[in-house]
Amino acid sequence: MLTKLVQLAHCRSGDKGNTSNISVIAYHPEFYAPIKEQLSAEKFKNFYSGVIKGNVTRYNLDDLQMLNFVCEGALGGGVSRSLCLDNYGKSLSSRILSFKIDIDDNLEQLLQ
Amino acid sequence: MTIRIGSGSAWWGDRISPAKENADKGQLDYLCFETMAEATISAAQVRKRRDPIFPGYDTWLDDRMTAVLPGCIKNKTKIISNQGWINPNGAAERIVYWLRAMGVHGVKVAAINGSLITDDVLNLTDNILETGERTQALKNRIVSAEVYQGAEPIVQALKNGAQIVVTGRIADPSIFAAPMMFEYGWGMNDFMRLGLANGIGHLMECGAQVTGGYFADPGFKDIPRPWDLGFPIAEVDNDGTAIITKLEGTGGVINAMTIKEQLLYEVHDPYNYITPDVVVDFSTTRIREVAENRVMVSGISGKPRTPTLKVSIGCEEGFIGEDMFFYAGEGALQRAKLAESILRERFKLVELKAEELRIDYLGLNAIHGDMTPEVDHEPYEVAVRVAARTTTREEAMKIGREVDGMAVSGVGMTGKRVPHQDRTREIIGVWSSLIDRSKISPSIKMFES
Repeated sequence: MLTKLVQLAHCRSGDKGNTSNISVIAYHPEFYAPIKEQLSAEKFKNFYSGVIKGNVTRYNLDDLQMLNFVCEGALGGGVSRSLCLDNYGKSLSSRILSFKIDIDDNLEQLLQ
Repeated sequence: MTIRIGSGSAWWGDRISPAKENADKGQLDYLCFETMAEATISAAQVRKRRDPIFPGYDTWLDDRMTAVLPGCIKNKTKIISNQGWINPNGAAERIVYWLRAMGVHGVKVAAINGSLITDDVLNLTDNILETGERTQALKNRIVSAEVYQGAEPIVQALKNGAQIVVTGRIADPSIFAAPMMFEYGWGMNDFMRLGLANGIGHLMECGAQVTGGYFADPGFKDIPRPWDLGFPIAEVDNDGTAIITKLEGTGGVINAMTIKEQLLYEVHDPYNYITPDVVVDFSTTRIREVAENRVMVSGISGKPRTPTLKVSIGCEEGFIGEDMFFYAGEGALQRAKLAESILRERFKLVELKAEELRIDYLGLNAIHGDMTPEVDHEPYEVAVRVAARTTTREEAMKIGREVDGMAVSGVGMTGKRVPHQDRTREIIGVWSSLIDRSKISPSIKMFES
């Protein structure tokens, strides 16, 4: 079944210069594998089309069931230069929560 | 043996009452304050240039210290704080002033200097990390340059008998790692323990972000009494484990989820998180909920530190002008769009020279910009927000001036704020470079109340 990431994982974004890092943390260990398999760095970048201008690198922390997406060129030139009202990009992580992931039907009862 | 280290602030604008609660009731050995963002030092330098009586330390120093000093003195809690900004000696003297005003004498306060290298930065650094250009390219635009120092000078100050240590720029995790290193005698070659100390420091440095702040999401992540978040307390053992907890009776929550979110906050490569003291490896972290609002964190590991320290270089990079005006009710979005087209024409008439111009509709696309999905409803309200980046203040002021024009010469039913003076601001761009550690020599100045 297709489900939005918001029911599978929670996120937080942080800023450094013009780079935003967005963590994706599975609510249950069972959700981690399908997220890791389906949410590649490339798909992540495409989902932020127009906002992330540089490379996206994904780091995997399998033991903790979480991913870290490091997004270069995502903060409009950096916190002090950005014309975006949310110049720290604190709200950027919420975007990925609408990404759709295909999960096994029997995981439905675990959905957040 | 366990030492209890509490958080007193996560940034300059942080709430003060949870720091006082930690000081009064936390039975703390240490209370630690983090009060700087990347541009804080540069902003302080700019302010000092304009306002010579600005003392150059945390503008909330009086409020924070008068709130926590009584509890800290009574409970023999030591304080470590980076509130010194560009004037650690001045901050230490001010703390001594407050101690004496409370009738407290004989308390040693250490100021740690040596992170400001504005005058020498071009000689001591090579390349800008973000662009690869030579730092020489920043010549004549530099407002401030400062090195991120590590825990060592704080540890030394504690060895000198300081009960309060106030610093300039210090890496945030080091503020919390220093007491562990001092109390347990962890040396600079004990990478595993330094990894743990800085990892725990990283979890603590953002205060309430690990106790339920920057976390709640209704229906998915609900937390109790979010208006009353406590600041975290770390109970650190010599064997390399820590319990992250908070005062009983405070709001918020500490669980595996809040720990995990904070673990990667502002981290890039979690296998190699570079601090001045050690390279932290978060991949080996073990997280266990042992009781309500008590999470055991262990296994964070470390590798030898790098031969360099990070330098932040703040530069003058022009100005931003911005303002906004409003529409509501029937046809609000259509009026906003007409207003935008009028403004764009007027910016041509006044020959606005902008590096970038951005016109957003708040409530529609102002936050997520170009990636915002199409909406299929008419918003009841729209705020039009206009911002431009320019090289001169005169150009930046054109934004507010043309928004003023929308009051009488604009679209029907336009709501507007009273013209205000802070519609332009100076941009201090921050660049990074690396510096050979051996070139930096911190100095400690001791004061006594």
